[in-house]
Amino acid sequence: MTGTWIGMPAFPVAARKALADSQLRVNLRNATGTIRARREAVVAEKPDWEALRQAGKEIKDRTIANLDEHLLELERNVAMAGGTVHWARDAAEANRIVIDLTRRAGASEVVKVKSMATQEIELNEALADAGIAAYETDLAELIVQLGHDKPSHILVPAIHRNRAEIREIFAREMPDVPAGLTDSPAELAAAARAHLRRKFLSAKVAVSGANFAVAETGSLVVVESEGNGRMCLTLPEVLISVVGIEKVVPAWQDLEVFLQLLPRSSTGERMNPYTSIWSGVTPGDGPREFHLVLLDNGRTNALADEVGRQALRCIRCSACLNVCPVYERTGGHAYGSVYPGPIGAILTPQLRGAGADPVAASLPFASSLCGACFEACPVLIDIPEALVHLRAEAVDAQRRKGSGKGVGERLAMRAAGWVFSSRRRFEAAQRGAALGGRVLGRRGRIGRLPWPLSKWTDARDAPAPPPESFREWWRRTRGTGE
Amino acid sequence: MSAREEILGWIRSAVAGAPVPEVSREYARTVDHDVVDLFAERVSDYRATVRRLGWDGLALAISEELEAAGVGVLAVPADVPPDWLGVTDAVLRRDVPPLSTMDLDGCGGVLTGCALAIAETGTIVLDSGVAQGKRALTLVPDVHVCVVGADQIVGSVPEAIERLDPARPLTWISGPSATSDIEMDRVEGVHGPRTLTVLVVG
Repeated sequence: MTGTWIGMPAFPVAARKALADSQLRVNLRNATGTIRARREAVVAEKPDWEALRQAGKEIKDRTIANLDEHLLELERNVAMAGGTVHWARDAAEANRIVIDLTRRAGASEVVKVKSMATQEIELNEALADAGIAAYETDLAELIVQLGHDKPSHILVPAIHRNRAEIREIFAREMPDVPAGLTDSPAELAAAARAHLRRKFLSAKVAVSGANFAVAETGSLVVVESEGNGRMCLTLPEVLISVVGIEKVVPAWQDLEVFLQLLPRSSTGERMNPYTSIWSGVTPGDGPREFHLVLLDNGRTNALADEVGRQALRCIRCSACLNVCPVYERTGGHAYGSVYPGPIGAILTPQLRGAGADPVAASLPFASSLCGACFEACPVLIDIPEALVHLRAEAVDAQRRKGSGKGVGERLAMRAAGWVFSSRRRFEAAQRGAALGGRVLGRRGRIGRLPWPLSKWTDARDAPAPPPESFREWWRRTRGTGE
Repeated sequence: MSAREEILGWIRSAVAGAPVPEVSREYARTVDHDVVDLFAERVSDYRATVRRLGWDGLALAISEELEAAGVGVLAVPADVPPDWLGVTDAVLRRDVPPLSTMDLDGCGGVLTGCALAIAETGTIVLDSGVAQGKRALTLVPDVHVCVVGADQIVGSVPEAIERLDPARPLTWISGPSATSDIEMDRVEGVHGPRTLTVLVVG
């Protein structure tokens, strides 16, 4: 199973590096600022927004409670409409299914619609190992692929790149790049159009994800902007959709909720340019073969956690990333996972299992618990609640392992307990901190402190203590001690 | 054990005893505005061209819009109403026998009707029904001229979902092809039709 990038450092290390990249911070501030304003405007014009959020949450919770039945109903209805359903326990199994289907179609390349599920299972790498070329067709995915880069945002994987950087990547990597390409977004979009046109018109196999799968009707839904999704879903002969088991919704009517919540939360539009909905195959219109791959890959692990399972409500809108002060400063790469930001911090460790690897274990701590993500979430995922819950699990997992890691924080807390338990020791410590503060304080902040206090200051600055404590001031000005 | 059986087993043991909430659907089902006015306003917000006219002016308007967009070869669905084409002198490519993708790539534009339209979001929905044809028709040519009857416009997304048939392939279109992938600002024109013209009739 995958889920975090092999070799990535844990969040605190990666974040420190990202914070030093001032171009990255400017790009992120501009992009998230733009999208926040747009989202706020289109949410404000819906007086029933809270009722929609409530319905979205309840539909998802209701689905999860009987997930087995809804999946079986989906399977029946997709089959009845002429599609084939496959089940994959993990990434390796899903990748094998896609590779086999592609080979059976006699194809050596596939076109791809942007899909978090296929990023999660690292399908492109698996296809490459099998000698099959995968062409990403979403503009941002294309920028990431051509730049030999990693995605840093759920919706806009190349959010860390500005227009000048994108122009450079295109000029360097596109064999058919137009001469004199400028960094105007319209010209960059036109260059991508020309670059991918032949691929679309000749591709035999397409691979997509799906935003929703309706059990009652066997319908799949893909929400997109550029038309690359429509190209992939309509023109090739064989369509393979890899879909997480949590994407199912019970009823056709449920789409009336999510097709309002998603575009407004995601791109800040009343509606995204294109939404495709299909059930199985339609003779004479679109692919003649449709395969649905239902993916677990750790989802049932998350499902078993009563607090953590709310992460499976997520509709991948990325509103929580766009409002997160931590994400805005570190960017997505620091999270070391295809799911960055607040939702990634609760989803990745659950998909991986608590304590499975250092990157996943560090993610629940990648937050200031300010709550902006909860306020923005269209399906009311209480991310701060889940973060606190997963922090406790991460600490427990470390304790069970009995390793040195995590022990530092316990030692610091034990030392604090000893200090706080006696007035004399507390005052001595305060005086020591005040002296230390004068040495270490920079513009009233303390940066790094030695171990074990570094367990606190590694991740955050502490305000420098005042030269005189409240207790000292009281004794000096009010006289008699007690 | 098969993957299917194993996953279903994991799910059952994971969700045993999970609460099953009722779904409160207290959100709006209708809109308060005149739906035709609202639709025209919301479509133009996407930087699509919108014109309102009577049925007697339709053939002329179609001809003018095709000429303005520089469409010389026009793809049309097999059952396009003949009176829509009374004025235009574009070369017609009718989808009988079915046009291939490469044929469509040689067409500058396409003319269709729609299944319904949604005022609040400025959305046109196609379902491959009357005067719409297969999905590729409205995808490959670079200019899409769409005829929307005023009586086909509903107010809200819930009203649209109620009327649509999930067994048909559906395409919801809200403005021309666009992207927010460069610095998160909407730019028109990527892979789908870069020009969308909506003629609201009646």
